[in-house]
Amino acid sequence: MKYLIQQAINALQLGSIYALIALGYSMVYGVLTMINFAHGDVFMLGAFFCLLLIAIVPVPFWLALIVVMGATAMLGTLIERFAYRPLRNAPRVSAIITALGCGLVIQNTTLGLSPYARPMPHLLENVTYQFSGITITLLQIIIIGVSVGLMLVLDFLIRKTSFGMAMRAVASDRATVSLLGVPANEVIAITFAIGAALGGAAGLLYGMAYPVVSAAMGISVGWKAFVAAVIGGIGNMRGAVLGAFILGAVEVMTVAVLPSTYRDLIAYSLLLLILIFKPHGLLGKPTLQKA
Amino acid sequence: MNNNAPTRLIVRPSLFVIAALFLASCQPSKPSVKIGINAELTGEMPAVGASCKQAAELFTEQVNKAGGITVGSTKLPIELSVVDNSCKADQSAAAAQRLISQNGVLVMVGPDASSCAIPAGEIAESLGCMMISPWSTNPKTTQDTQTGKTKKNVFRACFTDRFESPVLAAFATKNLHAKTAAVLYDVSSEAPTSQSALFKEAFEKAGGKVVAMETYSTGDRDFAAQLTKIRETAPDIIYLPAPYNDTPLIAAQARQLGIKAPFLGSDAWSSPDIIKLDAGKNLEGSYFCNHYSTEAATPKAKQFIADYTARYGNAPDDVAALTYDAMTLAANSISSAGKTDRSSVRDAMAATRTFDGVTGHFVYPEGARDPQKSAVIMQIKDGGFHWVSTVEP
Repeated sequence: MKYLIQQAINALQLGSIYALIALGYSMVYGVLTMINFAHGDVFMLGAFFCLLLIAIVPVPFWLALIVVMGATAMLGTLIERFAYRPLRNAPRVSAIITALGCGLVIQNTTLGLSPYARPMPHLLENVTYQFSGITITLLQIIIIGVSVGLMLVLDFLIRKTSFGMAMRAVASDRATVSLLGVPANEVIAITFAIGAALGGAAGLLYGMAYPVVSAAMGISVGWKAFVAAVIGGIGNMRGAVLGAFILGAVEVMTVAVLPSTYRDLIAYSLLLLILIFKPHGLLGKPTLQKA
Repeated sequence: MNNNAPTRLIVRPSLFVIAALFLASCQPSKPSVKIGINAELTGEMPAVGASCKQAAELFTEQVNKAGGITVGSTKLPIELSVVDNSCKADQSAAAAQRLISQNGVLVMVGPDASSCAIPAGEIAESLGCMMISPWSTNPKTTQDTQTGKTKKNVFRACFTDRFESPVLAAFATKNLHAKTAAVLYDVSSEAPTSQSALFKEAFEKAGGKVVAMETYSTGDRDFAAQLTKIRETAPDIIYLPAPYNDTPLIAAQARQLGIKAPFLGSDAWSSPDIIKLDAGKNLEGSYFCNHYSTEAATPKAKQFIADYTARYGNAPDDVAALTYDAMTLAANSISSAGKTDRSSVRDAMAATRTFDGVTGHFVYPEGARDPQKSAVIMQIKDGGFHWVSTVEP
């Protein structure tokens, strides 16, 4: 029992990070029906921005989190403005290729500037709590807490504010909404900024949890978060979070009870099964394909 | 006919230029001995490639300063071609192809990682060019994949996993008095998979019990699930045949989960970068098996360490030392062959029985491509590597 609770904590930590990244994929897909494949690399830059910041001024964790989120938000807006907006009305394949290209540019620029893996400095005290044989660290509590906090803020933003309403409106019909006077371009830019900020936060938390930072770290995590977003129903925010926690739980629990060699095989077979029965993801709604 | 004007104006003169350049390149350039370096300059292990390149360049500088390699009655300088293999199997094969067919090297030194050295060795064997891998410990590197027989042209300058893994298993049972062990390894990488299997075999033969064999895939960062499972089995030691950049992550997560068992590592730990990346000092007190130690150096090794440190500002790691030995072996073979054709040089290398290198005394048994040589057990202590013991074959 203790063993399973310990594994559940591991799953929560992994799921929280997947969820923060998955939200970025899902939000952009929601407003533009476009898959932002550069998102995994924005996530990676979140960790690098933190390294850079700490190297210049040793700031506390909270300040680092805010600065990193601000920096990646700006980067997200820049990518949208200069790489995606000019292609807004181009065929969808072109937009996807541009996104892949942006990701590779970011990754290889980072690789050029920092070819070696780097250690992440300690931003927090190493505190470990023991509850009758179950271990939880301060870092795990913060990762889960910060992720859940950010997700609640986002949920409130989308459901209760006028910006959220505008975002949902742009998602449902961009052309009509523009005619009604909603500044669709600004809404899209802000959506990218929020998505990138969440990705940056995830990068920082991930760098703290797994303290070796390298230019390629965004590839596999980015893909997994993308899978999580699709499982939950891409375009649906709550779905992205649900998908991420399911993916984290399946990965960890497969290892917990079966030989770890089968982890990816079983995790992804299960996810394929979900898609066979729910092709639009768990919370996604079937929509008419827009041209 | 107007359409042909550009042909006359541009294509024809440029044909002349190309022909002229071709003729110029065919003129006898200064005679030299070409040695190719196939190294992991980018990719998963850039520190390994950098050490390999630096040691090869140092050797070349030293030899050329003394006039070059004695071939018959003349002395020929070494001309080095360094090619990056990106630490990938396909690219290391392409790099080998390029060095041997295009650059026309006499000997290829490298690749270092087993996952690169095995495919590059296939190319070297099929093209009949001698290859010496400084650092690849996987038994398959010098074996023919089809027949399982020893390859003709592929040599190595290090011991193999068949020696290393039992050395570690014996150290764990005798010196650390371990009765149980857990193993965590990258199932998608060549060297850790074979090392883990050989370690398990040797550890159980020595009376111990391997209580957990857990795996992950290249690129994974989260090992919490596997480590939690290992924690349940409460092993006396944990064997981690992981490269220098994954190990600090695994160690940090293990300590966070409250696992206190000491770690045991393979020679893939030997880059000093492992200490830089281990910010939480979670590897303090861990042991690993290595090819040589700067602390137990022979006079020959001391000279090399001093030269290398003076040239590059840091002490040479084992990849650098083994590359230097591989270069020396290559130069000696060329010199004793007395001519610069590939098969004579290969035969001279195959006839080499003993060699005293920076990394110790080599013995190549008749017909073998793998040397028998000593291993050292090292400990990570106070932010450095410290020699514990030397194990003779």
